[in-house]
Amino acid sequence: MFLQGAVKSLPFLIVMIPFAVLFGVVATEAGMDIAQVMGFSVLVLAGASQFTAVQLLSDNASVVIVILSCLAVNLRMAMYSASLVPWLRHASGGQKAWVAYALVDQSYALSIQEYEADPAMSLPQRLAFFAGVATVVCLPWMICSWIGATVGQAIPDGIALDFAMPITFLAMIAPMLRTPAHLAACFVAIAAALLLAGLPSGLGLLIAAPLGMATGAIIETRAKGKAAA
Amino acid sequence: MTNGPSDLTIWLVIVVLGIGTFLIRWSFLGALGNRDMPPWVLRMLRYTPVAVLPALVAPLVVWPAATGGQPDPARMAAATVTVAVGLWTKNMIVAILAGAITLFGLLYML
Repeated sequence: MFLQGAVKSLPFLIVMIPFAVLFGVVATEAGMDIAQVMGFSVLVLAGASQFTAVQLLSDNASVVIVILSCLAVNLRMAMYSASLVPWLRHASGGQKAWVAYALVDQSYALSIQEYEADPAMSLPQRLAFFAGVATVVCLPWMICSWIGATVGQAIPDGIALDFAMPITFLAMIAPMLRTPAHLAACFVAIAAALLLAGLPSGLGLLIAAPLGMATGAIIETRAKGKAAA
Repeated sequence: MTNGPSDLTIWLVIVVLGIGTFLIRWSFLGALGNRDMPPWVLRMLRYTPVAVLPALVAPLVVWPAATGGQPDPARMAAATVTVAVGLWTKNMIVAILAGAITLFGLLYML
């Protein structure tokens, strides 16, 4: 089971490795040392929020705003946590703790897919599968951040790396815009962020993001209402 | 960076964010157990990535720090191409490559 999980996660590495290297490079360019880059990749272990933190820190946003914005980026993981409960309910406290530590988009997506496809799996099998995925996804993230941080110091200043993060995020978001509700959430969040850009850094984000989320939820409710009627 | 955040500030963010993120991941699995989240909360959470990330990026695209906050055609075009290719191919790597090629191509030509 461990091996199955590991093998199924290999395709993720195509995205994961460049993304992790990029984090190391961008964080180094923003003035962080290797220990701090590794601190992010080992202790936080959440790509999008790590980029967000680096961006806001180099923008001199206040610590409270940096932390709140990054936690907001990671809020979706509460949803993952909730949806794993039926499958891992009887695991020990320690097992639940390491699953929580390694619960990232990829480990969640693959595991839940496997659990639902084969409900007969035993608890040890489920945990082993998760461990296989988590190992292949999380270890390279840490190693490649370190590589990026090391290589980053050698990259000349003339290259327009400032735009690596926006491009990566836009590329991540675009494929997620599957429904009108997702599009509306995205559009409202962008409009609000631009209108509120005059506020101290990061504050506009804290207002714009919930507006976008609420818009998505409202549109989804309406669409369902129509479909039901 | 000369007047960026201090080392202590950065470590503070790393540690608090690490603990906070762990607690988010652990929340239902470890503590809240079988309690169901209200449907409206789940509905809002579904839209966190598509709301938070664009709101973070939009000002960086329109007023890039690298040009001193002046709108820059190369960066706007690169962002547009990235989104268009991402929507079209649903492939993150292809979208990143398309955006990067556009950016460096235009920066070189302009």
